Amino acid sequence: MLFGIPLLSLVIWLPILFGLVVFATGGDRNAQLARWIALAGSTLGFLVAIPLYTGFDPSTSAMQFVEEHAWFERFNVDYHLGVDGISMPLILLNCFITPLVVIAGWQVIQERVSQYMGAFMMMSGIVNGVFAALDAVLFYVFWEASLIPMFLIIGIWGGPNRVYAAIKFFLYTLMGSLLMLIAFIYLYQLSGGSFSIADYHQLPIPLDAQILIFIAFLLAFAVKVPMWPVHTWLPDAHVEAPTGGSVVLAAIMLKLGGYGFLRFSLPITPDASHYLAEMMIVLSLIAVVYIGLIALMQADMKKLIAYSSVAHMGFVTLGFFLFNAYGIEGAMVQMISHGFISGAMFLCVGVLYDRLHSRQIADYGGVVNKMPVFAAFFMLFAMANAGLPGTSGFVGEFMVIMGAVKINFWYAFLAATTLIFGAAYTLWMYKRVIFGAIASPAVEELQDISRREFMILAILALAVLWLGVYPFPLTEVMHATVDNLLEHVGNSKL
Amino acid sequence: MNFLSPDFSPAYSEIFILLMVCLVMLVDLAAGEKRRYITYGLTQATLIGCAFLTFATFSEETTLTFSGMFVDDAMADILKLMVFATVSAVLIYSHTYVRDRGILTGEFFCLILFATLGMMVMISASHFLTLYIGLELLSLSLYALVALRRDSLMATEAAMKFFVLGALASGFLLYGMSMVYGATGSLHIQKIAEVIAGGVNNHEVLVVGLVFIVAGIAFKLSAAPFHMWAPDVYQGAPTAITLFIGSAPKLAAFAFVMRLLIDGLGNLVADWQGMLVILAVLSLAVGNIAAIAQTNIKRMLAYSTISHMGFVILGFISADWNGYSSALFYVITYVLMTLGIFALIMILCRNGFEAEEINDFKGLSKRNAWYAFMTMILMFSLAGIPPMVGFYAKLAVLQAVVNAGFVWIAVAAVIFSLIGAFYYLRIVKLMYFDAPETDELITVKSDVKLLISVNGLAVLLLGIFPQSLMGLSLYAIQNSM
Repeated sequence: MLFGIPLLSLVIWLPILFGLVVFATGGDRNAQLARWIALAGSTLGFLVAIPLYTGFDPSTSAMQFVEEHAWFERFNVDYHLGVDGISMPLILLNCFITPLVVIAGWQVIQERVSQYMGAFMMMSGIVNGVFAALDAVLFYVFWEASLIPMFLIIGIWGGPNRVYAAIKFFLYTLMGSLLMLIAFIYLYQLSGGSFSIADYHQLPIPLDAQILIFIAFLLAFAVKVPMWPVHTWLPDAHVEAPTGGSVVLAAIMLKLGGYGFLRFSLPITPDASHYLAEMMIVLSLIAVVYIGLIALMQADMKKLIAYSSVAHMGFVTLGFFLFNAYGIEGAMVQMISHGFISGAMFLCVGVLYDRLHSRQIADYGGVVNKMPVFAAFFMLFAMANAGLPGTSGFVGEFMVIMGAVKINFWYAFLAATTLIFGAAYTLWMYKRVIFGAIASPAVEELQDISRREFMILAILALAVLWLGVYPFPLTEVMHATVDNLLEHVGNSKL
Repeated sequence: MNFLSPDFSPAYSEIFILLMVCLVMLVDLAAGEKRRYITYGLTQATLIGCAFLTFATFSEETTLTFSGMFVDDAMADILKLMVFATVSAVLIYSHTYVRDRGILTGEFFCLILFATLGMMVMISASHFLTLYIGLELLSLSLYALVALRRDSLMATEAAMKFFVLGALASGFLLYGMSMVYGATGSLHIQKIAEVIAGGVNNHEVLVVGLVFIVAGIAFKLSAAPFHMWAPDVYQGAPTAITLFIGSAPKLAAFAFVMRLLIDGLGNLVADWQGMLVILAVLSLAVGNIAAIAQTNIKRMLAYSTISHMGFVILGFISADWNGYSSALFYVITYVLMTLGIFALIMILCRNGFEAEEINDFKGLSKRNAWYAFMTMILMFSLAGIPPMVGFYAKLAVLQAVVNAGFVWIAVAAVIFSLIGAFYYLRIVKLMYFDAPETDELITVKSDVKLLISVNGLAVLLLGIFPQSLMGLSLYAIQNSM
């Protein structure tokens, strides 16, 4: 806590409060007011999150900015918040993305504006809650609550097949989380009546129970990440969601799964994690290689980026289960960087979609002639998505590959194929959309990006380059936490 | 024990309501059709008076009276207060609906009050006879209420089914009770418990009796495989009556199970635990799977009730205070949610139009954003999604189940509730994702408007601050065991 201000509570409840105010502006007559309140709220949300970074002590792995109050005594559940080097960067990422999403939906969304903006504000606060919660029930409440706004965002403002996508998204993720709930209750029993995550970290658990708990967690987190073979909700949800929804899904929601592995699976069931590490690595490599090939074949730009997300998140899970510092830190960097890059990619597709109302690659061609500035930005993000050195996309992948080499050459080899596939599917799409002859009269009439769009893309471009050239500020804050995690995972809990 | 002058004080509210029913009947005759609001006001006043009497005579101690046939303990008082609040809300919600359909008669109020008295007697029974009298008073009033709209074919058919199957269940129950009586030689619930604890020779007779009792309970709770009546009755009865059947009697049914199974036959836990497991899992399966296929919202909610009763029964299988208080918490939240959802169905009804199909919810968010929001809260709560209170109810029950060592049953329960989530989501989908089929304005009386808002927000706020209700459930159970 800084100057006695409960920063984490502020980071969680401020956006939610603003979300309620935005809802209260009512119908579309006050749309402009709703937009401005949402922008003010999300910017303020980002500003209050900055002290989390400046006030963060990178030398310790202990929880910082801790808040603890009893919530309901019946089950010994606390309102317990805190961040360490793993969760703090993710909160910052979330607070950073939210204003961009608000701006991105500024003109595109003309119907039920207050509900749209309000849902995103709610979402932002809830996701911060997921990252900051140190009590299993509190975590679970935020975790599930995040489904509701996303469900509505996809279902109300999504594309033609939105209802199917929204329900599939909801049920898929609910399936995973319910088993996690059982695991929490089991741990509550085992620990003699505690829902504190820190207690679970210290709790000895027999191997067969650990494996079952691991699998329950795996279902919850694998669906969110998403890992092959439970990734099929993602392309549907991404394609049908409005641009803002896709950005939040890719940049934030997927990170919930990755975060879950680091906070729950690895430290609570270290022996099962080691026991099942090879399975996890194989699943991750399938995601990297096989999904990379699938991405190559997509005719729909959003679908292509969605599949590329799955492949990139495969790197994250691969990094976690290498059990070395390169792997985990690389995975963390990859998560943050993927937040920027995938968000930017979806925004780029959104820019095109807003103008032509098509996501099909075949409908485009020669866009560079009409939108040179946009083409330059898109180029940068496409390169970052392919993992070009100097962009943030390279750092994480490189670190994970380094980590993999130490374990097994072939893991590293297969993982490294992504540099080829990634370049292939991203740049091939880029070529077909941007270069070549002007494909249609509609493309002929395209206008280059507006100042508003320029601003969003420029901010993201800076983030991608900065993280690519100088990732130290990010890796610095997570060192101590990752070291501590590795040491913890190294000790058996049988 | 002095037979000539029993201690009436624990039963003041029962005596009061009985006198008031007679008064309501007479006053209604005098007031007539035009001044039926007097009857309505008097009925509400009766409930408030009952609540006041119960509250004023509240004590933590357990008192027995009428030769030990009637018990007054913390659980009874709390449940009765809940019943009064629920019945009062039912009356407020259903007033317009019932009036528009011409069944706002004096009998309507009397039957509701008689049913309330039946519930009160059930809640306070400590003797098989009292229990049975309370149950029959409730059931007979309900049969008549369902048939109140006697020109409606559906309602008459539903009443007939309800009556025949209900009578069958009562027969089961009586037969089971007589077996228990044969084995233990007593009808006093506490004495039965003592005799069983001391050991009985004819254990088989006792278990056969137990099977019939559990079957009877399952009928009354509408737990599978004894659930057949529920969908037909829920669908056939006028929505206001469905609201009544689906809400307050569940509180009484909880007390019924507590008195009969836990207080009386608690020592046979090894015998009934397995039966309850089967009932619970079957209810969860049947309720959740069958609900998916329904297009009639009332029928869908009937199946939803079956699955929720499965959860309540799960609370009992752990056979300790932890489980019972979880089951009580579940029942209370369930009643709160049922009240809200049926009230919303009635809000969608107009004179001459019954909102019966789930498609009637289409585009509600465009017609009225607030009611759509309320319905959404209730649907997510029924599906058990946090931060709605329905989640904590499931959490409490699952925790008790895991605590008792039935981890796999908990897993089965969550898988069925995942299936269940689909049909609740479908309602949200209809309200928010689809376009409305009519843009007719929704007009609602201001008292209903206020109450439904309180009801919906309570579901949300109790989810954010669940301690009060959880603590109350725990208090009720711990002070009466």
